Order: sequence, then C-alpha cells, then structure tokens
Amino acid sequence: MKKLIAGVALALTTLTGGAALAEYPERPIMMMVSYGAGGATDFQARIVTMTAGNEDALGMPIAILNKPGAGGRVGWNWFATQAEADGYTLGAYNIPHFIAQSVKGGVSYSADSFEPIANWGADPAVFVVAADSPMNSMDDVVNYAKENPGKLTFSGAGLFVGHHIAALQLEKAAGVKMAYIPTKGGGAAAMKAVIAGEVMGGVNNLSDAYRAEQAGNIKILGVFDLERSSFLPDVPTLKEQGYDIDDASVNFRGVMVPKGTPQEVIDVLAAKVPEMFRNDAVAKKMEAGGSPMHIMTRDEVKKMWEARETTLKDLLAGL
Amino acid sequence: MEFLNYFGAVFEPVAFGLLLIGTIGGLILGATPGLSPTMAVALLIPFTFHLAPVQGLILLGAAYTSTVAGGAVSAILLKIPGAPANIATTLDGHTMAQKGEGARALQLSFLASAVGGVIGVLLLIFLTPYLAQWALAFGPSHLFWLAILGVTVIGSLDSASVVKGLLSGCIGLWLATIGFDDIMGAQRFIFHPALGGGINIIAALIGLFAIPQVITMFAKGRRPDETEVIAVQKHSIMAAVREIIRRPRALSIGTITGAIIGLIPGVGGQIAGLVAYDQAKKFSPERAKFGKGHSEGVIAAESANNAMVGPSLVPLLTLSIPGSPTAAVLLGGLLIHGIFPGTDLFDNHPDVAWTFINSMLIGQVLMCIFGLYVASLAARVAQVPQYVMAAIVLGLAVFGSYSIQSSMGDVYVMAALGIMMYFLERFGFSAAPLVLGLILGPIAEANFIQGSMIAEATTGMGSYFFGGTMNIALIAIVIASIAYSVWMELRSRRYISKEEIYG
Repeated sequence: MKKLIAGVALALTTLTGGAALAEYPERPIMMMVSYGAGGATDFQARIVTMTAGNEDALGMPIAILNKPGAGGRVGWNWFATQAEADGYTLGAYNIPHFIAQSVKGGVSYSADSFEPIANWGADPAVFVVAADSPMNSMDDVVNYAKENPGKLTFSGAGLFVGHHIAALQLEKAAGVKMAYIPTKGGGAAAMKAVIAGEVMGGVNNLSDAYRAEQAGNIKILGVFDLERSSFLPDVPTLKEQGYDIDDASVNFRGVMVPKGTPQEVIDVLAAKVPEMFRNDAVAKKMEAGGSPMHIMTRDEVKKMWEARETTLKDLLAGL
Repeated sequence: MEFLNYFGAVFEPVAFGLLLIGTIGGLILGATPGLSPTMAVALLIPFTFHLAPVQGLILLGAAYTSTVAGGAVSAILLKIPGAPANIATTLDGHTMAQKGEGARALQLSFLASAVGGVIGVLLLIFLTPYLAQWALAFGPSHLFWLAILGVTVIGSLDSASVVKGLLSGCIGLWLATIGFDDIMGAQRFIFHPALGGGINIIAALIGLFAIPQVITMFAKGRRPDETEVIAVQKHSIMAAVREIIRRPRALSIGTITGAIIGLIPGVGGQIAGLVAYDQAKKFSPERAKFGKGHSEGVIAAESANNAMVGPSLVPLLTLSIPGSPTAAVLLGGLLIHGIFPGTDLFDNHPDVAWTFINSMLIGQVLMCIFGLYVASLAARVAQVPQYVMAAIVLGLAVFGSYSIQSSMGDVYVMAALGIMMYFLERFGFSAAPLVLGLILGPIAEANFIQGSMIAEATTGMGSYFFGGTMNIALIAIVIASIAYSVWMELRSRRYISKEEIYG
C-alpha cells in the first residue's frame, strides 16, 4: 500500500513537473527596455511583441517595462544583476551599445551575462547633412575634414553607441580627424543639431533620417552598412564610396534573457520568438514606421555578438 | 483657417467618446501622484494600436492636455506635484487649500489652465511655420544661458532669504550630478545601485514635497483637540470667473511665459510653471502675498503649464523633432500608424493633423468643465483628519514613486530625500528651489559640454558662448535678474532695520 501511494505521488510530481515545463509560459511575461517610452527601441519593442498573446506565438502577452538612463546602462545593469532568470523576464538588447559599454568598462554586464533569443531589427547608421549644406557626398565631407583637421563638427547620440562607433570607423577608414559631438537626448537631439545648423553634419539612425529627408530637412550622404537599404535605394554605402567600413555600427535590436535561465525555457523562446516576429501584422506596422526589420535566430545572433565583441575591442582599444 | 473644416471629425460619436474618455481619464491619471503626462500618454499608446489614426491621436491629445491640468489637483490638495510642471502650483495652491479655499484654488487653476491651453493651441494653429524657426534658434550656448537664467530665479523663489534659496538650489544642482553622466558615461556619486540612473525627478518631487508634510502631520499626534477641522468654503464658479478676469496680469504673464518656454526643445514644460510664477511675483504690486495663498500664484503657474502644451508640439509637427519627452511618446503614436510628422503630415494627412489639433482645443474646454464640476467635491479632501491624511499621502507617495518604473530604488530615493527635506524645512529652506536646481543642472551641464566641444572645434569658447545677439540678450537678462534679486534683498533688509529702529 505504502509503495502504491509513493508510486502515485511520484507519478503525480513528475506529471505536474513535466506539465509545468511543457506549458511555459503560464503567465504574462515582462520585457525590459533600457530606453525611455517613445524612443525607437521602445516603439519597436512594443510593435514586435504585440502579437505575443496569440495562440501561434507564446500564448501569453508581453508587457514592456522601461528602465531608461545613462545610454541604457541602468537597464542592462539591472537586467544582469537583479532580473530573475525564470523566463518571465526578457530584455531588449541593442548591439553595439551594450557590448561597447562593457568593453569600455564601469558596468556590471558583458556579452556573457546574457543569453540571446532572437533579433528583430537592424537600423544602420547614416551620415546626414542639412538640406542646404554644400556637401553632397562622403568625399566632400572627408576632403573638408582633410583641409580642416578636427574642425568638422558632427553630432551623434552619445558615446559608445552605434553612432559613435560609426564615427570612429569613418575617422579610421578615411584617416582624418573630425569633431564628434555627442548629444544628450538620443538621435532626436542629434538630428535637431544638424537641422538647426549647430553642427555641420551628423550620424543618425536610418529610420529617423529617412523621415527627416522625406520632410526635406536633410540630405543623406552614406549608409554605414554592407548593403544599401531598401528604404534608401539611391544612397550608396560607405564601402561603395571607397571607405573600408563594415556593419559594426548597425544597431541590432532583439530579445535576450539573463544567464541562468533554464535551457528548456530558452529553447521554447528561441523556437517561438522568431516566428512571432514574422507575423504579417508586425511587418506592416514596422514598415509603416520606417523601421527596418532583420529577423535572426538564436544561433545567428550568438555568432553576431561574438563577431561584434572582437571588432569593438579592436576599435575601442585606443580610447 | 483650414482647421475649421476638420471640426466635424472631432464631434463624430466614436471620436467624441474617445475625447471624453481621454479627458476624464487624463484628469484622473494626472491627479495620481507619480503619473506624469509622459507616462499617461505612454500607457495609452497600446490602446491606439486598434484604433484609426485620427481616433488614436484624439485619445492621446486629450490625455496630454488633461493630465497636465490634472496634476494641479494633487498639487493643490495634497501638496504632491503630479509632474514638474505643477511645482509652482503647490506654492500658493496648497496654502489656499489649507485655509479652506481649496475649491477656489481648483476652480482658478482649471480656468487658468483652459485659457492658457486654448491660447497655446491657437498659437500652434496659426503661427506654426514661424514658431518652428524660433524653436530651432536655440543652440547649446543659448540653452546654457537659459538654464543659468533659471538658476538666478532660484534665489527669489519661495524662500525667506536669497541665501537660503541659493543654498537649496545648490543642493539640487549637486543631486543632479548623481548617476552616470549622460554624455561621457562617467560614474558620479553612485553609492547605491538604485542611483545608477540618477535621481528620478518624479520620485524626487514626491519625496521633497509630500514627505516633510507627512512627518509634520504625524508629529502633531492624534489627540482630537489638536486636529483642526478645516471649514471648506463653498465658492461659486462665477466668482472664480470674475476673479480670473480681474487678474489679467498674472494670466497674461503665465500664458506668454508658458508659450515661449514650451517652444524651446529640451527645456519644455518642466520649468514653465516656475518661471511664470517668479515673473508674476516680480511684476505684482502684491508680491508679499505670494507663497501665502495668493490667487495670482496659482493663475500664473497653471496658465503657463497648459499654455506650453500647444507650442511644445511645434518642433514635432513641423520638423519631426520631439521637443519634450511627451512629444517623443506622441511621435511613437504617430509612427505606429505610418504617419510621419513634418510637411508630410499637413500635406498628405491634413485630416489627421487638424483633427488632432482641434481635439486638443475641444479637450481644453471639456477639461475645464469637468474640472470645475469636481472642484468643490475634491476640495473636501481638506476635511479628512490629519492623521488619516498623513497615512493616505504616505501610501500614495510610495505607490507613486514605485510605479514610475516598477523599482524599489525610486521609493528609497523618495524616502531619503523626503526625510532630508523635513530637516531642511525646519531651518527655513524650501523644496521649490531645490527641485529647480535638480531640473536645471543637467540642462546646463549637457549644453555646456556640448557647446564647449563645438566651440573648441570651431570658433573658440569666447565667441561661441558670448558672441551673437541671442547670447548677449540672454546674458543681459541674466544680469538684470541677478541685479533685481540683489536690489530686492537690500531693500527688504533696509525695511527690517527700520522696523528694528522704530519698533
């Protein structure tokens, strides 16, 4: 009799245990975004997670939690040290931002603190000048910088973010010295500086620059990516214009979990999240907002993170 | 006059229903401590996913206008400013409520909000193309001088003495340096992980204003003979309308200051109320009454922070540059529907653009009507016994600061600053200058660093910060403002000594 009861009890525990795992997620999930509400990352995160509650996706809604501050450091510090690794706390990552910050130091995370799940978007950096600027190509920019070393001012959204990486790459590839002016308040403030003529040029997000160009406020002179963008088929890449610059500054956005999250949960997420991103409604909203999508699976993201870390360590070594 | 053609769309049943929901919901969200207009609008964005673009924007526009005005409710009744915009409202508004004039203060604040708000939106409608250029005219050096101008206001704001005002301003400036420096990423004074992102302004507001009051109320004890029950005076709406009309100076100073400051990207509504309050005080013959429950203070502060709503959207709607955090959230709401602000918006989607703007206009009026309706009821809050009130305010303070970003860190910051402020107040320091320092510090610092980087690469520091008409004009105003404060201080000292001689 005792044996029977023990057997039943054992069977029940394994049954419930197995069921709990198979049923992940069984309650709503939270996703931390380390930028403020209304920013590009927040805006895109809300769109790509809006179908999470559908049966063909995770079956549970994802709520966005903003933890902005210090270029994302506050949110990622929290995610690495305080977030629970139970699969119910996801985080949005921005590459190259968090890897560049961890290379530079002073934060409690590195690429090893997180497990990537999937990538949803890739927003390349572009070089912009005001609509009335005499410069019409990257050669004009570089020639001016050669004649006036250190005098060409150009804005970007802070230090150790994609824009700064693009600026460093440009200076290195063209062999010139320019004055990179980091602004507070993200890409919008950097764009305002260009339109208002406070600086001579700027590095900005392709999505924001595309809108500003449509409005007739700026010219886009080059894309810091391997290929031209479908939003801007007429704008050549930096490589086409003769500068050896790859896609290290492209702002990749995606989903990750803290290290220590159960492997079973990671597997479920890695299988379902890219499918969730492929939803038609998501693609339509992203397209409408001028946000380029780039879906990558967990394995692809892992490789991309590793490649970025090597490039960035090399690029930031001298700083 | 194109906007008149699109008024019909605002009054369609669904649209008008959303406008009502946005307005009433906005008032409630705005009156909740910790929920700033930016957060209220961000909370509503997911609901607009399933609405048509016009309808979604009506909801967001109405919520934006009424949360700003709703913040006055908690500022007046509980002395908790809902957002930085409402700080100045607490100075006279709460004193009025304590005297039993809560209904009058609320009525005046809603009327002043509506007047300022309508004028602000009208400016947005008629002058947008000209104002856009003005918004762009402020570069780093100008914003730096503007922040310095704000610092000179600190001394004369709600303090017994200029020196104590400046000292508490300095404490605020120091607190503002805590956290990762936004431009360089350097760590400053981070002795607790909760401080990594710096001191959250909303948490600081709640702590600095609400907690000293809670401690004072608890300190009084709960003996029935000591709990004074305030007689809440009834106040007719007509009397409030008449009073507004009799105070054209405060109303116009508030509206003009709010509209101008609202335009400037990056400074925005945070300081509009405080600067307007200070100006109204300086120009008023009854300036001694300010801070003691004077109606001009409420009128100037509230007309300013609603007048700023319309102009603050100018950079967003014309240049696609969000000039304030709330405008950034609204930009997200537009983009989700594939609408790019800028010339595209007015050329290709005039129905969306004008209906949105019109809804803010109608929203101001609706907000005023509902506000006046609840004012006399809400004013009864003052009758709640003090020891009960203390518990409620404390609960709201904890809830409000936690809800900013679901973080206990903000609650600790709120509590620590509040306890500090309790002791500072006992020595005659006040919270308003401290908060102003906290707001202006980062603006001054970031613009100085950015400006000096541009200056070093181009013309040099001297000509960048001191050259050009606008820089010189701003410096002149800064000097005038300092001179005025010094003069007032000297004059009041002379009076004191006279009294001492004859007294």
